[in-house]
Amino acid sequence: MVKSGTLILNTAARFLMPLQLLFSVFLLLRGHDEPGGGFIAGLVAAGAFTLYLFAFGVTATKEVLRMVDPRDLIGVGLLLGMISVFPAWFLDQPFLTAQWWTIPVIDFKASTPLIFDIGVYLAVLGSVTGMVMTLMEVDKDEP
Amino acid sequence: MIQLAVLLGFVLAAASPLLHRWCGDRTSSVLALFPALLAVWLLLQAPTVVADGAMLLEWAWVPSLSISLSFLLDGLSLLFGLLITGIGACVLVYAGEYLKGHPDLPRFHIALMAFMASMLGLVMADGLLTLFVFWELTSITSYLLIGFNHSDVEARKSARQGLFVTVGGGLALMAGLTLLGVVSGSWSLHEIGELDIDLREHALYTPMLICLLLGAFTKSAQFPFHFWLPNAMAAPTPVSAYLHSATMVKAGIYLLARLQPELGGTELWVNTLTLVGGVTMFTGAFMAIQFTNIKKLLAYSTIMALGTLTLLLGIGTQGAIVAFVGFLLAHSLYKGALFMVAGILDHETGTKDVTVMGGLRPLMPITAGVALLAALSLAGVPPLLGFIGKELMFESVLGASRFRGFLIVLAFAAAFLMIAVAAVVALRPFYGKRHQTPRVPHEAPLAMLIGPALLAGLSLILGVAPSLLTGLVSSTVSAVVGEPVEAYLSLWHGVNLPLVMSVVSLGLGYWLFRHWDRVRGKLLLLAPIMRNGPEAGYEAIMAAFVRFSEWQTRLLQNGYMRNYILVMLLTLIGLVGTSLLVRHSPIIAFEFDVRFHEAVVVGTMAMGALFAAIARSRLGAVVSVGAMGFSIAMIFILFSAPDLGITQLLVETLTVILLVLVLFRLPRFSNLSTSLERIRDGLVAATVGILICLLILTAWSIQQFEPISGYMVENSVPLGHGLNIVNVILVDYRALDTLGEMFVLALAAIGVIAMLKLRHDASPPSVTEGKKTAAKEPYDG
Repeated sequence: MVKSGTLILNTAARFLMPLQLLFSVFLLLRGHDEPGGGFIAGLVAAGAFTLYLFAFGVTATKEVLRMVDPRDLIGVGLLLGMISVFPAWFLDQPFLTAQWWTIPVIDFKASTPLIFDIGVYLAVLGSVTGMVMTLMEVDKDEP
Repeated sequence: MIQLAVLLGFVLAAASPLLHRWCGDRTSSVLALFPALLAVWLLLQAPTVVADGAMLLEWAWVPSLSISLSFLLDGLSLLFGLLITGIGACVLVYAGEYLKGHPDLPRFHIALMAFMASMLGLVMADGLLTLFVFWELTSITSYLLIGFNHSDVEARKSARQGLFVTVGGGLALMAGLTLLGVVSGSWSLHEIGELDIDLREHALYTPMLICLLLGAFTKSAQFPFHFWLPNAMAAPTPVSAYLHSATMVKAGIYLLARLQPELGGTELWVNTLTLVGGVTMFTGAFMAIQFTNIKKLLAYSTIMALGTLTLLLGIGTQGAIVAFVGFLLAHSLYKGALFMVAGILDHETGTKDVTVMGGLRPLMPITAGVALLAALSLAGVPPLLGFIGKELMFESVLGASRFRGFLIVLAFAAAFLMIAVAAVVALRPFYGKRHQTPRVPHEAPLAMLIGPALLAGLSLILGVAPSLLTGLVSSTVSAVVGEPVEAYLSLWHGVNLPLVMSVVSLGLGYWLFRHWDRVRGKLLLLAPIMRNGPEAGYEAIMAAFVRFSEWQTRLLQNGYMRNYILVMLLTLIGLVGTSLLVRHSPIIAFEFDVRFHEAVVVGTMAMGALFAAIARSRLGAVVSVGAMGFSIAMIFILFSAPDLGITQLLVETLTVILLVLVLFRLPRFSNLSTSLERIRDGLVAATVGILICLLILTAWSIQQFEPISGYMVENSVPLGHGLNIVNVILVDYRALDTLGEMFVLALAAIGVIAMLKLRHDASPPSVTEGKKTAAKEPYDG
């Protein structure tokens, strides 16, 4: 049903996808201080892949993703979410207490909320891309 | 630390498949070292326990919920602990040979070791909640072990029955223990024992006791819950010997004995326990003689013993408690041995039916000797331990304060029926004419003989020299009575009424044994009545459950999306509506101040919703819903919530994409509802809309507490190190919620992917399409 291969869509998708992905990372990193955050960034990134899917189809998108299966992204996202839970535990603080470290040279605020937000990002990205991709895969084989 | 030792049992259970790889057939014996060493440790503690009365081994577990893993080691738990570890070691060695070469032996070890650890935890737990956790664990492991042979329908059914009955009782027990904890204000058994207040006087005493008794009675197979125990004989024989005679079924008895000092002695307690115990005792004995299957025979005689133990606790005099301890110990020893003998017979001859066995003594002399010794103890013949138990039981019943005549008749009848059972088990297979059996029997291998021989031997040794037990008996009786007392067992009580009763019952029992076949034939006439026993009640209840759930599934879960939504919305109206309109009243206490552009956005939203409802094409509906969604995003932006606005926009976009993807897979757009149904749906929708609107307005108007938003705004930078409060809430303040939502999202995605893939892979594409259409809308086309 979804016909790929119109010229404008193809060209647009080819340029827009990297931009969108870049933008999603930007949204993710700035999210703690300005509008953005893991959930929004994850949706934007998923939108990028969906656009590419519409333009070039499932096989081409899989090639772009290389070895990464969207389902693995869900798992990694959940894992990161869980990992960010533990540091507070080892420091004898209440569960999920945020930890902040400043990396000196580049003056970057690293923290468990950031790890957590990356987890949200990956989980959202994986879930949406996985669902859309599976839906299209099912379609593709049908007459 | 004994706690660690008990937890080690669980570790060993988990590690036993690995152990199988290293030790092969010897795994059982290696695992048996665990209970054996624990038994030695317990024996070493015995002098301290006897001298001090009790040992408290404290270990906080979840202090904030006052759940502790503290263990209380007094006479009662020491006695049970010794039985669990001692018989456990015997059974493990035995099982290694009994199930030799069985492909599922590792699984057996997992469940058995886990059971052993849970049972130890149960009898030593000091915390009420810890006790309950271990209690349920024994039910679950018992379920796994009854259903060990899971390809057998009967085994599965029996396992389920045992689980339902004991776990159903477990629910009651949980309620009872909670009441006990609340009423006494303490969640620890030893503290409850030292309380000044009398729990028996409390207003909640009766409901509490009823709940606790339900738990104990179901677990210990008391009438009318006894039926699950004979069915549990579907388990491999080592399991029957261990769980369903020597240990687990005594957990209920243990609980009663444990609660006797605080809750016992009231009219309700005495009446219930003596009557239920007495009836169970007789039922068990009477049912036993009707069966020729050796395991069923023994199972019913176990029910008789459990009834006797309850009865003795109900009588509650010090003499009765001494009898309780003696009978408990004697029964565990001889019944464990007899079950293992039954397993040997089954293993060697290939049948469980005693009537087709016979003349086996020359072939298996040691087994015959062990069986005879254990059966003599069961029959209560001096100088075995069983004799002491029975004498004391008669004495206590004669001294009962209530229902004495009734109890004497029951006890006497049960005793002579038991003697017949003992004779059937010990004499029938080994003497008389040799029959053809499915397998040619040989003497059992050594590993299968050690256990029963040890237990039967102990029955004899402790019978001859009961003074060995004086310390243990004293401290156990003290624990059950609740104050330090001196008690001992002795073999010879002089010529008195109990002795006369014993002798007469021996004679009657032997007579019954001689005429067993004829009596059994007569008893067959009772079969129609037996079929309507408590088990039929259980079946009826379970069938009613199934019918009920089928009915409500048909009603609520019929597979139509519109139906689900209707049910959910109606529930919402029912619950929220009554609460809002009846119990409170909607309050709208603020000025409406609507700007023009706001009105435009809201108008667009309403129009979108309306068009979606009346659209004649699916694409039109999707677009209308989209318009509505974007208007919502606009509202967020107007009220300066950029994060929400962006999220709403993105979600709306992705929703439209997903809808477009599935749009073409849906069946032809058609009108399936009658106009009456449409009016109904419209009414429901409008009601929900108005209700939610009122709810929000009311919630906005009432400020019961200081809003938390101020705190969040103030602390966002100092505590959360972030300026975007929405994000700080998501990843810091309420990170646990977000974590949960992540899992929900992931599960939903996995569900969608799995369902699409499965449908896709299961059948050829063209058929899938047709099927999907048919499954979704049976009325369509």
